[in-house]
Amino acid sequence: MSEGIAFYVVFFAAIFTNNILLTNYLGMCSFLAVSKEVKTATGLGMAVIFVMTITSVLNWLAYYYILVPLNLTFLRFIVFIIIIAAFVQLIEMIIERVSDRLYTSLGIFLPLITVNCAILGASLFLVIRKYTFVSSFFYGLGSGIGWALAIIAMAGIREKMKKSRVPKGLAGAGMALIIAGIMALAFMGFSGMLKIT
Amino acid sequence: MEAFKVKRVFSDDLGANNPVFAQILGICSTLAVTNVLKNTIVMCAGLIFTTSLSNLTVSLMREYIPPRIRMMVETLIIASYVIIVDIVLKAYLPDISQQLGPYVGLIITNCIIMGRAEAFALSNPPGLSFLDGIASGLGYSYVLIIIAVVRELMGSGSIWGIKVLGEWWTNWSIMVMAPGAFFVLAIFIWVVKGMRPEE
Repeated sequence: MSEGIAFYVVFFAAIFTNNILLTNYLGMCSFLAVSKEVKTATGLGMAVIFVMTITSVLNWLAYYYILVPLNLTFLRFIVFIIIIAAFVQLIEMIIERVSDRLYTSLGIFLPLITVNCAILGASLFLVIRKYTFVSSFFYGLGSGIGWALAIIAMAGIREKMKKSRVPKGLAGAGMALIIAGIMALAFMGFSGMLKIT
Repeated sequence: MEAFKVKRVFSDDLGANNPVFAQILGICSTLAVTNVLKNTIVMCAGLIFTTSLSNLTVSLMREYIPPRIRMMVETLIIASYVIIVDIVLKAYLPDISQQLGPYVGLIITNCIIMGRAEAFALSNPPGLSFLDGIASGLGYSYVLIIIAVVRELMGSGSIWGIKVLGEWWTNWSIMVMAPGAFFVLAIFIWVVKGMRPEE
């Protein structure tokens, strides 16, 4: 396990230098589809932070305490996706019972999250990079914050651009990708800040 | 009749309904693996394998899958095929498997496969579903290959790892990094939409 990397480095790297969306391209589908309004983007962003943090921890536990001892690591894809789906379903049911307000602001985004590749991607990355338990928690949290930051910024830009005249072929997805490209350029500016792989 | 259907499946998935540039699905891997052509081809092969076989399986089982949990069943079918792809890659192409890293596993959440299983395999016979899987896999692949050629050529001056451009060429390192991927895909979508007259 890579004990050399302190958890706070992992945390900040996940938000800025290794932003899961802008450098690893994960979660693009919902990023492009749900970034038209700041309000919905914020809701989805919060849901992603929450789910990503918890599932990172759960998947870490499942991987190192169940799959590794049983020598079943090749089953990790199935196990991870089941854990994520089950967790999301559970949270959705709990939120629905407990709070109506929370359900309308957060709950409606939960089904979208199971198919968000950023969640599964984060779990796969932390296994490949051999993070420790604490680092995994901060990696999940940081990646979630990074993703939320990117989608909220994107939604802000797209709201401003509603009245702009965009070339016809570029309207919609094309323009969104160009904005994402420029944002990725901006985030590259952070790369001198921290050094990890 | 049958031949007509097959033809429509192919023309739909390759052109008007192309998963990448018309439906904007599966963008994650489109961007992530296209910096080197070799990795792209391996990824495409993996995706065609998974889409076609999971479509076939879902279609064979469509009478028995309870509608309430069908998404879960589909995900498990897809995940099983992805595990096969992963093991095969690790055994025969360890370098490429290393470079692709998590993106092989992320075929599971590639929305193209889920989308085809939901939209096509659940309501069509096995043979046709299998072909639909291959067709949408091919529709995805050729877009990726075009993007990969552009990125590798401009980013490293080579194609398939072989230097094509001479010493005079200065590598645009931005092309192999994240922003280049976004820009190339955006321009690709622009060109394709520009070529299509109506809408």
